Amino acid sequence: MWSKSLLWPAVILLFLALPFVIDSNYYLSILIVIGLYTIIVQGLGILMGYAGQVSFGHAGFFGLGGYTVAILTTRFDWSPVFALIAAVILPGLIAAIIGRPTLKLRELYLALGTMGFGILIHTLFNEGRELTGGPSGISGIPYLSIGGLSFDSDIKFFYLVWAVVLLVLIGINNLIRSRVGRALRAISESEHAAETAGIDTGKLKLKAFIFSALLAGLAGGLYAFYITFISPSPFGFHTSVQFVLMAVVGGLGTFLGPLLGAALVVLLGELLRWVIPLVIPGAGGEYEIIFFGLILVFLMIFRPKGLGAFGKNLKPPAVKPSVAPE
Amino acid sequence: MNKSIRKISLALLLILVLTAVVLMSGCASEKQDSTGSRDQGKEPYKIGAVLETSGNSSSLGVPERDTLLMLVENLNQNGGIDGHPVELTILDNKSDETEAVMAVKKLIDMEVLAVLGCASSGPSMAMINTVQNEKVPMVSMAAASSIVEPVNERQWVFKTAQSDIVTVKNIIAYLQGQGLTKVAFLYMNNAYGDGGKVAFTAAAKESGIEVVTEEKFEASDNDMTPQLTKVKASGAQAAIVWAIPPSASIITKNFRDLGLSIPLIHSHGVGNQKFIELAQGTADGVILPIGKLAVVSQIPDSDPQKEVLESYIADYQAKYNTPPNSFGGYASDAFNLVVNAIEKAGPDRIAIRDELEKNTSGFIGVSGVFNISPQDHNGLDVDSMVLVQIEGDQWKLID
Amino acid sequence: MSDQLLQLLFTGLTLGSIYSLIALALVTTFKVTGILNLAQGEFVAIGALLAISLYATGIPMFAAFILAIILVAIMGGCLERAAIHPARRASGLTLIIITLGLSISLRGLALLIWGTDTYSLPAFSQGGPLIIGGAVLNPQSFWILGLAVITLSVLYAFLGLTYAGKAVKAAVINRTAARLVGINPNTISFWAFVGSGALGAAAGIFIAPVTMSTYDMGFMLAIKGFVAAVIGGLNNIGGAVLGGLLLGVLESYSAGLISSGLKDGLAIIILLVVLMVKPHGILGLLGERKI
Repeated sequence: MWSKSLLWPAVILLFLALPFVIDSNYYLSILIVIGLYTIIVQGLGILMGYAGQVSFGHAGFFGLGGYTVAILTTRFDWSPVFALIAAVILPGLIAAIIGRPTLKLRELYLALGTMGFGILIHTLFNEGRELTGGPSGISGIPYLSIGGLSFDSDIKFFYLVWAVVLLVLIGINNLIRSRVGRALRAISESEHAAETAGIDTGKLKLKAFIFSALLAGLAGGLYAFYITFISPSPFGFHTSVQFVLMAVVGGLGTFLGPLLGAALVVLLGELLRWVIPLVIPGAGGEYEIIFFGLILVFLMIFRPKGLGAFGKNLKPPAVKPSVAPE
Repeated sequence: MNKSIRKISLALLLILVLTAVVLMSGCASEKQDSTGSRDQGKEPYKIGAVLETSGNSSSLGVPERDTLLMLVENLNQNGGIDGHPVELTILDNKSDETEAVMAVKKLIDMEVLAVLGCASSGPSMAMINTVQNEKVPMVSMAAASSIVEPVNERQWVFKTAQSDIVTVKNIIAYLQGQGLTKVAFLYMNNAYGDGGKVAFTAAAKESGIEVVTEEKFEASDNDMTPQLTKVKASGAQAAIVWAIPPSASIITKNFRDLGLSIPLIHSHGVGNQKFIELAQGTADGVILPIGKLAVVSQIPDSDPQKEVLESYIADYQAKYNTPPNSFGGYASDAFNLVVNAIEKAGPDRIAIRDELEKNTSGFIGVSGVFNISPQDHNGLDVDSMVLVQIEGDQWKLID
Repeated sequence: MSDQLLQLLFTGLTLGSIYSLIALALVTTFKVTGILNLAQGEFVAIGALLAISLYATGIPMFAAFILAIILVAIMGGCLERAAIHPARRASGLTLIIITLGLSISLRGLALLIWGTDTYSLPAFSQGGPLIIGGAVLNPQSFWILGLAVITLSVLYAFLGLTYAGKAVKAAVINRTAARLVGINPNTISFWAFVGSGALGAAAGIFIAPVTMSTYDMGFMLAIKGFVAAVIGGLNNIGGAVLGGLLLGVLESYSAGLISSGLKDGLAIIILLVVLMVKPHGILGLLGERKI
């Protein structure tokens, strides 16, 4: 069956050949944004789908990564590569500090607690004027350059981002198959049972939280290098909600759910932008917003496990059944 | 491992298909998406705009969109540019910086000659890198001076809204004329308020005006009395507020409720009737610098802008049955600057940019008389604004 | 200085009364159905905008208010049947996302109908602000606070005195047992959304003279409402009002005495401290049994 074993790598190759086929910076930028969100949502997927913990504060980590890059490269003249490394580490450190008390909270309270931290970090971007430039932000962020190769065009950035995405996917694939992955899944199914089995649940949850923050920071750093301008507005609570949305739409506890969720949410937004004027002439952005919300509701009613829940990895949702009336 | 590669490729395949769908629907809608007629025979000129027609800043973007739609329709009815109809594509950036970048790339893909936008500072800033790289002229309608400065890193970027410094200079001149040296400065905590704060603090220092207290509030705040009690206690001789409605109206109400009697000076951000309406009678006595659009009937006939202003107001009023505001004015200037440049320089991005930079002097617009130069990509000066006081819910020119 | 402190207290109470109302609506739905309704803020916005538009058509103010409240209540009920009911067996997170989707759609709908303009209502009582001890107080805060107190009393009376109220309480405590004795939790969930629609709309109308109304006002208000609700305890309707007032006063004092920039940050820090130290809210221990 050589043809079958070659088919899948061929698809990957086709995907990587995309920039030569479509030759449009607009479509490349869509794919880049999907890639960036995928990196974050994959991390969030581990936290939500495997460790069973929700976070409504990941835009904060995303922003921390972005601001780390922006500040270190423009204010302290760090080389882009080191700045990017710092952008991964710093959110991880912050996550380690705030994770311990926060992860003691459960369900709704955890959602509100992480929301609080997200908003707090966002406030710091606005208030730390000396470092962050306040609401006006920081412009003039240099391009990422690695050993003479400068990522100054959409094509180059496309490859960079998707190379990172593939590495993250492979890493996560190995992780969920490892002892840690099995332990995480045990937590999401029953924390008590996991503890009885000798798993240090608190430590594992914290690790998953830090891991997801590292990935969000990485995506944030790449985002800063891509747009070359940063301001607090893309990192508010709204964005955190968007990330959770992507994770849930894609399907919790599935390996590829996050990738699908990020792609679907971004593409849906773009698709509606073009389709709605065809159906309703003269319609503006208002219809887009309405349809976006409705699609979300329908999806949650009819495919509550998300779109990624095809294939064999199907498992019960990580979040405990609600107290909603039966 | 093999399995995971399979799954990854499956997901990528799905994304491929979805992208293809977006791609096709994007192409299919392209024709309807653009306004402009093709029946004149000559090849149309394409202009793009990225505006905040939904989201936080949509109160700026919507009048700008309406103005642009009106202008392009009028232009095409009158034969377009040398017989070439203008095809204007307006994309919504949802008041989001990332969306703005994607939208401008889309416009560049469509081979527009120039990009108008955005209405607010953040998305405008986010688009700069793209237009600089792709060498596409961009005319922003936002206030922050950092959009066009430093000019040597912004060769392709122009803007039509007065920079904060123009407003600030007008306010400082008023303060000095009245002999007021101690002021309180209140601003909304976003890019608009922040830009005003930076410009005012610097200019005040130079002119020997002391800012005795500096307070901020969120755009979503419902009551600014706490900030104003500090002003009351500070002994300031005047209060300067940098905000847009509704928070600008709320703070004005709170100011009057508290019984503060010092002069209340606002920025040009409140230059629309909505501010007065929402302040519910408390706006009387407010002093502010404003573009001449709001007081066109009071400015002397000798003013070079008078004719342009009157015709813009008449057109807008006729089409939308409501008077235009200064945001629409910025859009009108951006559109006319670009059309003018295309007319003179032809359909070539480099030529349009050069024309905008080198040959825009004495260009009479709605927001002022533009004198753009290689050192100044805004080109508006202090005299593009006048000081007005609100009396009986009307703008009254202060001489 | 003392009149400044008094002034800040008054302002805090005005703000706090607004937050109280939103928190009250959130907590009522949560207590009865276990759903944190993220579309609550949109109920508030649409209620206010509807009332303003109806009033503008020339019908008397009072009639406009009642009509707006009824319409939003019907909307709340319809949404419950259309979106919450079919997914009643889903996980808590799924339900939150559903209410999130509803809130996005409703915001788009409001944008479509009312555009981006800001609208306002005249204050309910004529005459300017009251001056007490050298500080001014916005008389509208009495109306807002009054609504909160009345709602609170009605809720307590309903839950404590009526048969239907006891049925709700029973369903909250043990769903299966309630069902066994003939109480239908589905009906309760439906009425909870009708009620939160009505309460949200009333809240929007009462606060409109202070806050003014835009299509997107709901989002920020809902966040403040969450914070207030958590401070007071998510399960405690009395706590919601108290939490709202506390949040308002806290914001006012921190903006007036410390730094206006850190006002929101401070509120969030209090939220986090309450969550970590007393996760059931400051009234948690006094409150009723947790679900």
